[in-house]
Amino acid sequence: MKRITAIAGAALLAAGVAACSGGGDGAATSGAGTTGQTTQAAAGFQEQHKGGTLRLLAKAGDGTLDPHINYSNGQWQIFQALYDGLVSFRKVGGKAAYDIVPDLAKELPQVGADGKTYTFTLRTGVKFSNGDPVTVDDVVASFRRIFRISGPTSGTFYSGIVGAAECVKKPAGCTLDKGVVADAAANTVTINLVAPDSEFLQKLALPHAVVLPKGTPAKDQGTTPIPGTGPYKVESYNPNQLMKLVRNPNFTEWSRDAQPQGYPDEIDYNYGLTSEAAVTAVENGQADWIFDPLPADRLTEIGTSYEQQAHVNPLAAFWYIPVNVNLAPFDKPEARQALQWAFDKNALVKMFGGANLAQPACTILPPSFPGHADFCDFSQQDLAKAKQLVQQSGTAGQEVSIVVADDDVSKQIGEYARSVLEQIGYQAKVKVISTNIQFTYIQNSKNKVQLSVSQWYADYPAASNFLNVLLSCASYHPGSDSSINISGFCDKDADAKIAQAMKLDQTDPAASGKLWGEIDRELMQKGPIIPLFNPKQIDFVSKNVGNYQFHAQFHALLDQMWVK
Amino acid sequence: MTAAVETVAPRAARPSAGPWRQALRRLARNRSAMIAAAGLVLIVLACALAPVYAGSIAHTDPFTSNASGTAVVNGARVPVLAQSTEGLGLGVTPIGPTWNPGSFFLGADNQGRDVMARLLYGGRNSLMIGLSSAALCCVLATLLGVLAGYFGGWIDAVLSRFFDVIWAFPVYLLAICLSVVLLTSGLHVGPIHIDAGSLALPVVIIALIYVPYVARPLRGQVIALRNKEFLHAAVGLGASDLRIMRREVLPNVLPTVVVFLPLMTALNMLTESALSFLSVGVQSPDASWGTIINDGLALLYTRPAITIAAGLCVGLTAVALNVLGDGVRDALDPNARLRGGA
Repeated sequence: MKRITAIAGAALLAAGVAACSGGGDGAATSGAGTTGQTTQAAAGFQEQHKGGTLRLLAKAGDGTLDPHINYSNGQWQIFQALYDGLVSFRKVGGKAAYDIVPDLAKELPQVGADGKTYTFTLRTGVKFSNGDPVTVDDVVASFRRIFRISGPTSGTFYSGIVGAAECVKKPAGCTLDKGVVADAAANTVTINLVAPDSEFLQKLALPHAVVLPKGTPAKDQGTTPIPGTGPYKVESYNPNQLMKLVRNPNFTEWSRDAQPQGYPDEIDYNYGLTSEAAVTAVENGQADWIFDPLPADRLTEIGTSYEQQAHVNPLAAFWYIPVNVNLAPFDKPEARQALQWAFDKNALVKMFGGANLAQPACTILPPSFPGHADFCDFSQQDLAKAKQLVQQSGTAGQEVSIVVADDDVSKQIGEYARSVLEQIGYQAKVKVISTNIQFTYIQNSKNKVQLSVSQWYADYPAASNFLNVLLSCASYHPGSDSSINISGFCDKDADAKIAQAMKLDQTDPAASGKLWGEIDRELMQKGPIIPLFNPKQIDFVSKNVGNYQFHAQFHALLDQMWVK
Repeated sequence: MTAAVETVAPRAARPSAGPWRQALRRLARNRSAMIAAAGLVLIVLACALAPVYAGSIAHTDPFTSNASGTAVVNGARVPVLAQSTEGLGLGVTPIGPTWNPGSFFLGADNQGRDVMARLLYGGRNSLMIGLSSAALCCVLATLLGVLAGYFGGWIDAVLSRFFDVIWAFPVYLLAICLSVVLLTSGLHVGPIHIDAGSLALPVVIIALIYVPYVARPLRGQVIALRNKEFLHAAVGLGASDLRIMRREVLPNVLPTVVVFLPLMTALNMLTESALSFLSVGVQSPDASWGTIINDGLALLYTRPAITIAAGLCVGLTAVALNVLGDGVRDALDPNARLRGGA
């Protein structure tokens, strides 16, 4: 997903990527890089820390409260304390965060021999925050709702459910009667797939598949809270002022792995402060945590004077330059390869905040991510070689524009790229457009974007979530705002290998991991994407906060922080 | 007595100095205006010599990123963008002011570029845009103001409503809206084609939004002139409208236009800086004082010199232009002493 935007969901919807395979071992987005206050094991609930109000800050609310619709990092993080699915990522810091554990399901499902049938037995005694018990009917209704509201990932993550294709075409009449089957007597739900999907449980652990009350209207609920099963409920939400979370009176902890009870009695998410002001508020103990990226000119101060309150963790993500392979001059392979040599990634790392906040990227798959192969074919900037390749390609002197969003880091990268492109022989200019529209603008081939700056954050830990989503023919939709294959790259050979890796993943994850690495390397040679760096997350908390835990998938576990 | 008559007679025969020359003399006697003019000349000269400073003194290219570069400070070679090594080692800080004209006199920005060199280059653009847009604005406003005031009737009604419409928008809001639209597609109206990102774009936008501010008073002045005897005389002699406007009206409103020019230059320069600060004015790779203030904003805590230097340049130039403008007004109309003067 694209960070801090709900637009990416629409992109994925149209991309129509049938993500399969992956899984594998968890990526190392653990607390290993965490500095400052040490991560404390979630061995058991520590009663003495229960209570108080956790005060969070962000520039603005991150959109709708509807978990079946919202596709932003900010709300996904909050949804962890509000909702549950049949399964969940384990709610702990460290590598174990990528483990799938049973949540509303009593145990992990029984999977049919053909890999296409998943049978879940529901827990009993779990209630929504409105007091209604969770039943198999709620589960079936929730899956229907994903399609009836045309959820952003209904056509991708959940398109493998039997009947999903019809539901995508005609959302209003979606029944999934053969795809999601309830047995009230046995308290089970069976999900039937059209084909085996080794990533299916990971997809079920995402907020888009949480279980909501069966009476939830099939339309975006906006700022109206929907009852959930988590330890908190939303008491009020105004995206310009405040989201207030209070304890769910009907919550009792059923699985510490899946949904541990939270520490604060209340969580206040205040909106409206600039990130500069937010940093000052946390320094002064007037707030406890900041969602937004920290201002570049405060990083040194935070890293030195507030060392104990800063936590740095690697992310399964990368910043990259999508290169439009269908437009001159980058329709020439030599011109694309020139770009691979042209960028000094250490310089770009500096623009993100330095070597401790990012690392130069040599591959599309982030380090420690499933399928990542440790190679670096374009390790050092070589401007002479890049210039020579531009000459060879016969494209020297051509006009090139790079489209960037108007945030500080993107603008800086754009300016750097312009400078480099001028040095290797192009006439370059930067086009800065609003962050709100840049991501969709660069996807649409009608806008004839030659180069742009973008980011990709893993939806879940699988190589296909990068390579298949970003560079397969199926993800390229000419003329659409929802064409996540921004490069417009469509290579039948690469597609065949991706399909092979996804199939192999169901039977031999080790072999598929190796194949993904090879595909990554081949794609780097073809140059539809210039990986720039892999960012890290920095969380700045107040001195009142304890038990900071970084979850690889959903980042800081907010309700596990204690302020008492 | 006779001698006295003889001495007076030649003086009387000497032609008196014209109104422009008299105004110039009055301006020359205005000490504040002269100090402001001298300051302006210095600023313009410094900016004009930007390539000399960048190429021969600082030996730098202010438009090329230098993020991995190094510089010699106090005999030691240091990175231009220094990674923090204390504590958690977070953040990167550009080199600060060295006060050495040969190397990062005012420090570096977050691309590792020499701020002093960029400031001089940026000043060229700021001054050029301020002056060009003021000139264009005054030409358009004079044309429209004279037409509206001279002809009156429906022409006046149409043009006055046009001024009202533009005036109805908050000036910065209108400028931002126009800039946002035109920055992506450029301006293509009939034979006029201006590419997106061209410096001519902010010139045209800023000139247009201020037209009513100059045209309105000029229109009023022309309406007042319309009832003067010399104008009736010209009409009685059979002079055409065009001739009357060119020969009789224009020379009478020109001093007002001349007074407006420096004042509008200052105002337009401030507007350009504001638009560039908001990223809707001058576009990369070009720089202006506004873009430099914007660049410095992200470094306000660690390297405030960038923002302060560019802000001072804008402020000082605007003050100088305003003082000069006041002096010009006093010189051209010695009875209108609104803000003091000579």
